[in-house]
Amino acid sequence: MTPHIEFRNLSVSYGGKRALGGISLTVPRNTILGIVGPANSGKTTLLKTINRTIEFISAAKVEGEVFVDGEEVRAVESVYALRRRIGMVFPLPVGLPMSVYDNVAYAPRRMGIHNKAELDVIVEQCLRDSVLWDEVKDRLDLLGTRLSGGQQQRLTLARALSLSPEILCLDEFSIAIDPVTTMKIEEVLSRLRERMTIVLVTNLTQQARRMADHVAFINASELVEWGETGQMFSAPVKAITGRYLNGEFG
Amino acid sequence: MREMSNPFAPTAYEQQKARTARVMEYVFLAMGIALIIPMLLIIGVIFVKGWPALSWEYLTANPMRGGAAGGIWGPLIGTFYLTVLCLLIVAPVGIMAGIYLNEYAPDNRLTRAIMIAVTSLAGVPSIVHALFGLGAFVAAMHMNKSLLVAAATLAVMTLPVIITSTREALAAVPRNFREACWNLGATRWQTIRTIVLPNSISGILTGVILVVARAAGETAPIMLTGAVASMWVEDEGWAKFTPYRLDEQFMAMAMHLNSIARDVPGMPESMKFGSALVLLLLILTINSAAVVLRLYLRRRKRW
Repeated sequence: MTPHIEFRNLSVSYGGKRALGGISLTVPRNTILGIVGPANSGKTTLLKTINRTIEFISAAKVEGEVFVDGEEVRAVESVYALRRRIGMVFPLPVGLPMSVYDNVAYAPRRMGIHNKAELDVIVEQCLRDSVLWDEVKDRLDLLGTRLSGGQQQRLTLARALSLSPEILCLDEFSIAIDPVTTMKIEEVLSRLRERMTIVLVTNLTQQARRMADHVAFINASELVEWGETGQMFSAPVKAITGRYLNGEFG
Repeated sequence: MREMSNPFAPTAYEQQKARTARVMEYVFLAMGIALIIPMLLIIGVIFVKGWPALSWEYLTANPMRGGAAGGIWGPLIGTFYLTVLCLLIVAPVGIMAGIYLNEYAPDNRLTRAIMIAVTSLAGVPSIVHALFGLGAFVAAMHMNKSLLVAAATLAVMTLPVIITSTREALAAVPRNFREACWNLGATRWQTIRTIVLPNSISGILTGVILVVARAAGETAPIMLTGAVASMWVEDEGWAKFTPYRLDEQFMAMAMHLNSIARDVPGMPESMKFGSALVLLLLILTINSAAVVLRLYLRRRKRW
């Protein structure tokens, strides 16, 4: 079976400075890949190559290949269609300057869905999945920018889910969210795995241990190793991996 | 009695710092006041000397004997049409160019060349723009010196400033908003239409209005391209409101003021100041309209 996402010898540099070097990695369908590694090691860059938002950084140069569903992302017919298949949540929460409802309905509306009843269903489902519904259900007309940081983070997640993407990329999603809510979102993610493939970049190695089927350890722009979660934590091939996952450096 | 001394008492060093802070505050305040004194003086003198001349009759009568008698209706409505025409020409071009430069343009040689051109054009003196208008529209394109040509010349003059102010208004919208939309698969235009423009339109429009209001008071560009010191215009009925054709010469406040300020014999001084006062009030009115529009649109801005 074709892997859902595949990186083949992927290298990225920003104006000559290497950000990722020779990454080869596959993500099977309906699994969670945890990506761990110290700050500034290229994890976010890796996510940006999947939906080609890396192209908005004009100095960025990408070599190698990224396949989504067997299709090289730079060969797809429409980059917009590609991005709609991939939900992205970055660590800085962004509430768009419109109501909570409009935030979640934004992407469906751009797809031409304007039927109120249809949108209502999407908005409620996405807000429930991002564990924000109970906090905002009575004030859906509140400005997205007025929510607290953690709420905006979950709003961003709801927006990313609004097009029922087949791949969901989360970059440090729990950074601004309290532990209880984080646990609730983790439960939702475990359920969402039945519908989508999830790439989870995280600083919390324990979160990767709880959630991920596979874990990839990236350090200093290189993929040190990757494998099944249990094996990565109990018997990593390289000593540095074990030390990082056990919190001895990083 | 060391124990009794106040532990919160400022040290000599802290007192020195506080004094410096106070002095700096007064220096800045003095500069602020120095800035408004000349403005208040100018407005005050014009107001006091020009006020007696102002009347309904003065505003609605056409000038007679080269401005020495009658009113200022012709120049006033000329300036109105000139400003509106200039706005119609420059607003779409300037705003769209600003959107291109801020939202679409890649960082390459062409973009940098355009930016250098825009910045240099903004610094060109108005008389040079006037000569450009004369050369381009009248000499090269064989158009009459006219209302249209003068408005186009003003448009050329204001274009770089409007492009710059539009860019600044757009750049004030956080890049995060755009990236969030792009990540959802929105095209650049969808992002501009749904996020960028709604949140920058107040800045864009006020920029445009302020720049055009400033242009309404310019003399040099219109003097060479179509404005005349005095001419006969229709004084009756509806024609009074449409005294000029697009391809004919016209009167305008700035031009009127320029000519009555020097070479009209036997003209009461209050009428000269009256004209200046009307032009001043006209521009202040346009500027206040910009402020009101900004407040109104700003209320709908959402972050």
